[in-house]
Amino acid sequence: MVSFEAGMVLGFILVALVVATVLIYIKFPTRELKERINSWWIIIGFFTVGAMLNTTTAMFFFAFLSYLALKEYFTLIPSRQTDRRVMFYAYLSIIPQYYFAGIGWYGMFIIWIPVFLFLLLPFKQVLIGETKGFLENTSRVQWGLMMFVFGLSHLAYMITLPPVEGESVGGTELVLYLVLLTELNDILQYLWGKSIGKRKIVPKVSPNKTVEGFVGAFVCIGILAVLCSFLTPFTWFQALVAGMIISGGGFIGDVVISMIKRDIGVKDSGNMLPGHGGILDRVDSLIYTTPLFFHYVYYLYY
Amino acid sequence: MLKKVFFALFVRPLVLIISGVHVVGKEKLPLDGPCIIAANHNSHLDTMVLMSIFPLSNINQVKPVAAADYFMKNKWFAWFSQNVIGIIPLNRRPTKEEGHPLLGVKKALQNGDIVIIFPEGSRGVPEEMGTFKTGIAHLAKEFPSTPVIPIYIHGAGKALPKGEALFVPFIIDVNIGEALYYDDENNKIFTQRLEKSIKLLENTKA
Repeated sequence: MVSFEAGMVLGFILVALVVATVLIYIKFPTRELKERINSWWIIIGFFTVGAMLNTTTAMFFFAFLSYLALKEYFTLIPSRQTDRRVMFYAYLSIIPQYYFAGIGWYGMFIIWIPVFLFLLLPFKQVLIGETKGFLENTSRVQWGLMMFVFGLSHLAYMITLPPVEGESVGGTELVLYLVLLTELNDILQYLWGKSIGKRKIVPKVSPNKTVEGFVGAFVCIGILAVLCSFLTPFTWFQALVAGMIISGGGFIGDVVISMIKRDIGVKDSGNMLPGHGGILDRVDSLIYTTPLFFHYVYYLYY
Repeated sequence: MLKKVFFALFVRPLVLIISGVHVVGKEKLPLDGPCIIAANHNSHLDTMVLMSIFPLSNINQVKPVAAADYFMKNKWFAWFSQNVIGIIPLNRRPTKEEGHPLLGVKKALQNGDIVIIFPEGSRGVPEEMGTFKTGIAHLAKEFPSTPVIPIYIHGAGKALPKGEALFVPFIIDVNIGEALYYDDENNKIFTQRLEKSIKLLENTKA
């Protein structure tokens, strides 16, 4: 069940969500804002039920999230008919990856995709025998696996982490802390950028990312990371560094996924979540913050 | 009943969740018959996708027209096609004594069913459109008040191409166009009009 700390934060999120919904429906009833807030209800609802209540359910929840993101990515990238079989094995690799996370086999979890899949998927290509386009496809598939399966699965491994000695909070609270700060970082970057943003950071890739937006969010997330550190075993200084890692990592993840979309020539990666685009658009920052934050915690405490 | 259960427990989860369908222009899809759905054809998935975008409560009304030589080739397959999928068998090479090949389809339209027809007549090359047959024009002429809905399906040929048994999930785009009606023209011109509207849907990016 949910710990007191996590319950308090989830309750606070719920109140904020209700306030935002009432505000939008009464004061600013535009279609875009309504869609956005409705999707937030869905995201937070699924996240709470799927990931917060039970660790085993969380494994399935995060594995399914990986699957949806990988599928969106595979749909977007150009592929040959012979690549279907390679992609099929890429989908299948999600199951062992989350199994290793679930049983806490750290060694296999950390090498399954970067070592085994990396070495063996090209061999599947050899067996199919289509030489033209080999390097392009192998790189695309492996890159997708690293981002959407390996990267995201750190959430699953993190949620199994037991509480550090003398602390009452463990993996579930760490995941909540990370996801909350990552999403808030996205929103704060957008809000700061909208209100005072002038200098563009990467105009060619993502024109609405500004220096002001980034710095504004960076400072806010630093403060929030310290305020929410009761969810973690961190000292206030460790929490401040964690906030910096999350804010910086989230920004990089966001613009890297934008880069793919520019390369392929689409604006949103899908329409599963009205007002947000697809799953990729929602997990883009998490893909970066998760492994970075995980290894920070793992180095410090486990 | 069998059809509803099969779609609720197997087809819809497979098509809508495992693969995922992205529908553009859902408001142009009539929920009640009679109407004719005309779509490009690359994969067995096409039929399943088109049947899944209708509400489950209407599923018994939705009937795909399918080649008799393929779907009725043995007893078991014929039973499955007719009772679980609910196809209207169409003889691709009709003989005189069997009567008009479109008789079954006409009966369904008179019943107020939603009929799915693939005007290319066969699945053909993956993700490429073949030439259109004039069957739909015949029907539209006889039922001038029945709407013909042009639909372009993208990606089903990638997920399950002709001749492959392995299904690999990809998100499938379904692009629905404005209804067409027969308009005192000849069958050839109507067929061209239909072909053009589906081609247009192919090129309008969702």
